[in-house]
Amino acid sequence: MLEAFQEFFRQFAADHPTWNFIFFYEERQWNKVISGLWMTIKLSVVCVIFSVIIGIVGAAMQGARSAIVRGIVQGYIQFFRNTPPFVQLLFFYFALGRFTPTYSPDGWLEVPIISNVGWAIISLSFFAGAFNVEIFRAGVEAVPKSTQEASEALGFTRLQTFAYIVLPLALRVSIPSLNNNLVNLVKTTTQAFVIAVPELLYQSITIWNDFPSAQNPMMLVLFISYLALVGILVLGMNKWERSMRIPGYGA
Amino acid sequence: MKTLTTLTTAFAVLCSTTAVTAAECSNDTWNKVMSSGKLVVGVKADYKPWGYRNADGSLVGMEIDMAQDVADTMGVELELVPVQSSNRMQFLEQGKIDLMIATMSDRKDRREIVGIVGPNYYTSGTNLLAPDALAFADWEQIRDKPICGKQGAFYNQIVEERYGAQVIAFTGNAEAKQALRDKKCVGFVYDDSSIMADLASGEWDGFGMPMPTEDDNPWALAVPKAEENCVFGRFMSGMQYNWHVDGTLIALEEKWGIQATSYLAKEQERFKDWLAD
Repeated sequence: MLEAFQEFFRQFAADHPTWNFIFFYEERQWNKVISGLWMTIKLSVVCVIFSVIIGIVGAAMQGARSAIVRGIVQGYIQFFRNTPPFVQLLFFYFALGRFTPTYSPDGWLEVPIISNVGWAIISLSFFAGAFNVEIFRAGVEAVPKSTQEASEALGFTRLQTFAYIVLPLALRVSIPSLNNNLVNLVKTTTQAFVIAVPELLYQSITIWNDFPSAQNPMMLVLFISYLALVGILVLGMNKWERSMRIPGYGA
Repeated sequence: MKTLTTLTTAFAVLCSTTAVTAAECSNDTWNKVMSSGKLVVGVKADYKPWGYRNADGSLVGMEIDMAQDVADTMGVELELVPVQSSNRMQFLEQGKIDLMIATMSDRKDRREIVGIVGPNYYTSGTNLLAPDALAFADWEQIRDKPICGKQGAFYNQIVEERYGAQVIAFTGNAEAKQALRDKKCVGFVYDDSSIMADLASGEWDGFGMPMPTEDDNPWALAVPKAEENCVFGRFMSGMQYNWHVDGTLIALEEKWGIQATSYLAKEQERFKDWLAD
């Protein structure tokens, strides 16, 4: 069965020189596609989680009493939101990467403790996190002042008010825009290509460089993979949104 | 039913016409260049001294001189478009450039995509730019070691398969070389000709090219696939033949300070005019 499948695509490539689905019949290329896809999934999941955490913490800090703390959050947002993620990746990996501690396995190499994958996670999480802070802030501002005053009257501290009253309500308002931003984040992981993170785009381009005839099939793989990944994310977010719905709250 | 028959007939006629024109030469690119009076050539902008930007930002190099000669011979203006290893064939396929002279190795798979015409104008092999401190002498020494490379080079895969090196392929030369300087890899796998030019530039003290050069592979220029066996392809074959015969390539090599390759001398000998003294 597998033989016939491979033979079909080998023949298909012979008949159509620009549609060489090489990964279906050459194991090495198949492994590249799978490892790329797996790296993209890992990168997406980790960055989504970190960026949401950054968003929540940032939104909490924006409500801090200290002007310095609020200033720091503001500075962070301006820096990460207003510069291209492409440039951030290069800057983190090449410029900041030089100041991180390194270890040397052979006396010459200086392997930084933060790898290119590590920098990609840091950079992309902070990039999407900056947007998430603003998204959560919009949610926080939508919570009526009177609700907060009520919780204060009940003896909640500021942190407790944020954690138990404001955040659960703000989250529900924020989910639609959060959804948008996380979809964007998943797509932005392709830019990690620039610091040679072996994710799906990197592996696809490697394959079509080695086999120019495989470019169209690889592009197809890219489109389908991202449609599927983003589709799963959106479905999950929608489900979460429905399960969090409070009848009568919002619209 | 009648519509279906008509459609099928129309389709069959359409198919047969395509089949007929495919066999003949339409010479679209050649005619376009001649009528617009402008030849668009894709060249490298990061491969000193074959194609790079000089101090004032204009593209210069050995391959740019070759492109200029082609345009002069055709009697048209030359327009240069910088291309990357990873997009050069696509630029040609999509008609963004008419001709590609971009340090491309002549590979079987590539011949199916673009119109590669001989004789090959240059050749280079694979080698490693590596620090002297590591005292490399043999390719086997890079097993399981991180090696910087560039996306689009055909030997990345060979180095991975044959020697088990971990190739970290960057999008550009600059990033790969910076990673080597930052000691993120033990070497930069690239064309020996380019590495020699880098070493000669004096910017790589403490680095060398320690490995025996492997996989010597001729370079090819390319015209669009449809032009391969038509006027443009034949014309470029003639250009290359003449560059070999009259010593243009050897002279250009010298002009751009490239270490002389025995390949060009051999080719000149091979194509020698039997009536010449």
